[in-house]
Amino acid sequence: MDTQAGHSASDPRPVLEGPDIARVLTRIAHEIVERAKGADDVVLLGIPTRGVFLAQRLAAKLEQVTDRKVPVGSLDITMYRDDLRMHPPRALARTEIPGDGIDGKLVVLVDDVLFSGRTIRAALDALNDIGRPRAVQLAVLVDRGHRELPIRADYVGKNLPTSLRETVKVQLAEEDGRDTVLLGVKPADQ
Amino acid sequence: MQRHLISAADLTRDDAVLILDTAEEMARVADRPIKKLPTLRGRTIVNLFFEDSTRTRISFEAAEKRLSADVINFSAKGSSVSKGESLKDTAQTLEAMGVDAVVIRHGASGAPYRLATSGWIDAAVVNAGDGTHQHPTQALLDAFTMRRRLVGRDTGLGRDLSGRRITIVGDVLHSRVARSNVDLLHTLGAEVTLVAPPTLVPVGVGNWPCEVSYDLDSTLVKSDAVMMLRVQRERMNAAFFPTEREYSRRYGLDAERMAKMPGHAIVMHPGPMVRGMEITAEVADSDRCTVVEQVANGVSIRMAVLYLLLGGNEPALSHARQPVAHHPATERVAPPTGSEEK
Repeated sequence: MDTQAGHSASDPRPVLEGPDIARVLTRIAHEIVERAKGADDVVLLGIPTRGVFLAQRLAAKLEQVTDRKVPVGSLDITMYRDDLRMHPPRALARTEIPGDGIDGKLVVLVDDVLFSGRTIRAALDALNDIGRPRAVQLAVLVDRGHRELPIRADYVGKNLPTSLRETVKVQLAEEDGRDTVLLGVKPADQ
Repeated sequence: MQRHLISAADLTRDDAVLILDTAEEMARVADRPIKKLPTLRGRTIVNLFFEDSTRTRISFEAAEKRLSADVINFSAKGSSVSKGESLKDTAQTLEAMGVDAVVIRHGASGAPYRLATSGWIDAAVVNAGDGTHQHPTQALLDAFTMRRRLVGRDTGLGRDLSGRRITIVGDVLHSRVARSNVDLLHTLGAEVTLVAPPTLVPVGVGNWPCEVSYDLDSTLVKSDAVMMLRVQRERMNAAFFPTEREYSRRYGLDAERMAKMPGHAIVMHPGPMVRGMEITAEVADSDRCTVVEQVANGVSIRMAVLYLLLGGNEPALSHARQPVAHHPATERVAPPTGSEEK
């Protein structure tokens, strides 16, 4: 029991800093254009909270690359979670679908951390109620492994092998005042 | 943990704002091609209506169905109640069927409270109007309509109605809508003035968190919203005013009176309206009148309430009336459970 005490005292360590995050997003933007052959019909949908900011940044980068406005929105998955019955109801976030909708489009879901895959499953269910995209792809800033469902990301900022005792925390300037990805150790159960 | 919504007075300011914010997101579901969320799948909700109602029952039913709950409608007419079954026996029948929530409308004030606190059933109880006591979801949808119109759809998120002046006009004596509105609007920081003939002002109104006036014209000019109440003829068992004409002259809202209201002020009515009595057709059909909007907002508010009461393993609402049970001395540190996680 006491063996964990030493670990929990260690501070979270940054694995991506501001400039790294910017570079990673630039790379993902180029990958999207390459794979979608020009990204004419791409719609970016961020998953609240931080996925939305990442989607907006990606949209700006895509605009630089393609010289075209890329529709960007948000997709709240709270009502579609599979663990609703395990917690008190959560506050809802905003779902904002761009004006032209998602029918026949290439939807790229954007999230900060890919972990169990359950969030993405919920997002796919939510999309199903909104329209029928031509295809759905997934872009994440960090993939930390430990999937519990057969889901994978199409665009990954950084693969981060972790243990289940570790925590991954993404901070973005829009929400947290600075850009960083922190790898820490979960405090031991008290 | 309080699991019921019996009275608007039970809600804290934060609870009320959470419900309004949640309703704002729920409202967006109505704009989608598939107006359905899977959130309450597998939950069974009974609409137990002992009193006639169209809009409230339909509104609850729409909200329940949009959240994918299983809905059972029960009206006293044509049920065992007309054969003399008591509320207790009806409740126990529902309990035996495994109901998760009961939405109840009853002619007797206090029936929902009795149902919630009697131990007859385990289900969550939502008051859909009881006698002349409370109609909390109506007050919530009214507050939602006011916040949208007076503060703004998106700018209103997270905010209350502080400093807004709301006037409620008409048959306050018989109105559960007025009681719920006074409680909720006070909690949300608004200043409420009741305007009614002295005979239709309830005894003990001095203890309510509001002002009372008998003069509509002087109150109108400083109101942000004016809520007209229906004169409830079915509950009138005495002569409360000489003639309907006199009532509508002094307390009815016509175009001339509406013109005296500030430019941004809105006219509200919980429905059903009696045109020509408390409100003229001209006012009812003007774009300052929010009656139709209130009905649409009612579905969003009821979705929000049902989600917050039933959507998780325990309700998200804290309820002020609930005494906080803290026994630090007897609290023991729970033994560490395994470190598995989701």
